[in-house]
Amino acid sequence: MTMSNMLLFPILIPLVFATILMVFPKNVRMQRIVAAAGTLFTLIASLFLLVKVNNDGVQAITLGSWPAPFGISMVSDLLSVLLVISSSLITLFVVLYSFPSIGIKREQSFYYPAVLFLMTGVNGAFTTGDIFNLFVFVEVLLMASYTLIVHGGEKPQLRESIKYLLVNIISSALFVAAVAFLYSVTGTLNMADLAVKIPQIESTGILTVIAVLFLVVFGFKAAIFPLYFWLPGSYHAPPMPILALFGALLTKVGVYAIMRTYTLFFVMNTGFTHELLGIVAILTILAGCVGALAYFDVKKIIIYNIIIAVGVILFGVSQLNEAGVQGSVFYLIHDMLIKAALFFLVGIIAVLFGTTDLRKMGGLIKTYPVLGWVYLIAAFGLAGIPPLSGFPGKLLIVQGGFEGPQFWGSLVILATSLIVLLSVVRIFIYAFWGNPVETMPVTKTVYRQMFVPTVILVSFTVVLGVGAEFFMPLISGAGEVLLNPALYIDAVLKE
Amino acid sequence: MRTNDVMLQTATKVVTFIILMFAVHIFFAGHYTPGGGFVGGLLTTSAIVLLMLAFDVKTVKKILPINYVIMTAVGLLIAIATAAASIIFDVPFFTHAYDYFDLPLFGKTSLHSAMLFDAGVYLVVVGVTMTIIQTIGEDE
Amino acid sequence: MEIIMSVAIGFLFMAAVYLMLSKSLIRIIIGTGLLSHGAHLLLLTMGGLGGQAPPVVADGVSVGDYADPLPQALILTAIVISFAVTSFFLVVAYRSYQELGTDNMEQLRGTDDYE
Repeated sequence: MTMSNMLLFPILIPLVFATILMVFPKNVRMQRIVAAAGTLFTLIASLFLLVKVNNDGVQAITLGSWPAPFGISMVSDLLSVLLVISSSLITLFVVLYSFPSIGIKREQSFYYPAVLFLMTGVNGAFTTGDIFNLFVFVEVLLMASYTLIVHGGEKPQLRESIKYLLVNIISSALFVAAVAFLYSVTGTLNMADLAVKIPQIESTGILTVIAVLFLVVFGFKAAIFPLYFWLPGSYHAPPMPILALFGALLTKVGVYAIMRTYTLFFVMNTGFTHELLGIVAILTILAGCVGALAYFDVKKIIIYNIIIAVGVILFGVSQLNEAGVQGSVFYLIHDMLIKAALFFLVGIIAVLFGTTDLRKMGGLIKTYPVLGWVYLIAAFGLAGIPPLSGFPGKLLIVQGGFEGPQFWGSLVILATSLIVLLSVVRIFIYAFWGNPVETMPVTKTVYRQMFVPTVILVSFTVVLGVGAEFFMPLISGAGEVLLNPALYIDAVLKE
Repeated sequence: MRTNDVMLQTATKVVTFIILMFAVHIFFAGHYTPGGGFVGGLLTTSAIVLLMLAFDVKTVKKILPINYVIMTAVGLLIAIATAAASIIFDVPFFTHAYDYFDLPLFGKTSLHSAMLFDAGVYLVVVGVTMTIIQTIGEDE
Repeated sequence: MEIIMSVAIGFLFMAAVYLMLSKSLIRIIIGTGLLSHGAHLLLLTMGGLGGQAPPVVADGVSVGDYADPLPQALILTAIVISFAVTSFFLVVAYRSYQELGTDNMEQLRGTDDYE
């Protein structure tokens, strides 16, 4: 069997498992087993897909046996398959981390189905080759995220979820409007076909407007500079496993969408659009830095670090050269893993102290020394200290900036790396040093159940950093498809 | 406050069945003309909601003891299974099969696997809308 | 026809923005409904309103007579999605009205338990 549908498995498996999970919501044991199995199978399927894409090049299929530009194309190149693997891995660990920390009440009311539906949407958004289908998958993951953010129905959750819903409904309406404009100008919504048609259109002015409109739409999801205002409040409300899932995956879908559209087809007026993207990216980093230093709340500090990372990744994309784009791909994968790991870690710290306020913490290094050192490794990884995983990506992005038009952006990134380091080391200093504060009674089993997935995830980031040489062929392959759209176009429109 | 709703209740007993028949008609009409599982599902829901308005939520629950969440799940599974059947035949996902058959009573009829998919959609729509309405409607 | 539609879309967007800027949550939800209606109409209008014949190859119909089926399919999808989101929003609004005892956005500012 040749399995031409293989690239759909990372989308279908979580969908089927989520549906099965809806049938027996009250049986917590079965919920846990089936959810873990579903995410594990998805991860295995995506690893098989990676082997296939790496050997045979870009995989594409058009649903319903329609000829290519007319049906909905699903495309899996190295970038999308690497992101699918990262998201599947993170979801698996979030599911494992949820066992001790999310609470039976939530587990019995469709928590795991919502997580798996979110995974369906995220993997679908990474795989689709059609701009309207991207909208549909984004709505799938948003719908799941609405459920998760309000899940449990605590007062702050309800309050924040209303704002989250409102912001996303408005950005979805803008998305539909942007798709409408794009369709009226080009007459197609297939990404590969757009990449063929857009260079043939002479009036680049209207296309530039549409490109900026899409930047606004995806910017809402990715939390770029003026549009990030909703993120800190909304992400602060839900419990830690959900926050880890959101922080690691949701904004990255927006980042991926900008990355894809701004390399594949919105390249008719790079002097304006990509310079704008670069400036916005730098402003995003600066805004995130202000937030990361301003708060004494561990959740908030890491949440603002999400915004900083979004800026760093998008700056690399905006330079549109080999080093910058490769760096962005590497940093994107690194950031998904390290953010999940950091949220897991501060989740444990918050559980131990019973608060997220840094000023009420202290002296944890005496009672939990291993936790302290693991946290320090993750923190150094986030800041990009060699040989950890933040380093190669950031190095390439900075190099891309120096080779590209906006060398000053690279200087900002280098300077702000220190602020990132300071912001996360502050957590270390407050929580682990100083006078010991009485901790909550947490049983050994619960602690171990939370700590083991965390350590494994942190060790993955260490492997990614130390073994960067080994992963580089995949990263550069992903960058090659981004910089050379012909590979992507040929795979989709092959017939 | 309890109003006299004899007229509504009597009319509902007739109208519900008309709506349900119309829903079935719309569902099958969706094969080649406007209609289909989504609209059919919404019409069915409106019939059930009419019952709820005329009588009350508890009575309707006694008449139709259905767990709508499971109904949604079953509908989703039917829809996915129909679309995923193409994986076994190694054609692109969502590829449908259809042919013409001579059935007794109906004569020459076209049968299409998209119908099964639509049946799944129908169940999902009824399940989801009823879940939403029950969530809001149940507490006083 | 396109001009009339554009004016109607603009009016819908205007009304949506007006409603969404009010403090009452239920007016905001109605506003989001109008906003998605506007976006759907925009999708239909931008696809081009010409063409009367159904998009099926038939005798005696030239290419220009066909209605474009794609915007219709897109709108149907978008309507279903906005239907689901709006109903979810209504449920959340109702629940939060029960829990928080208000539907006034002014009182839903989130600043209580952290700085």
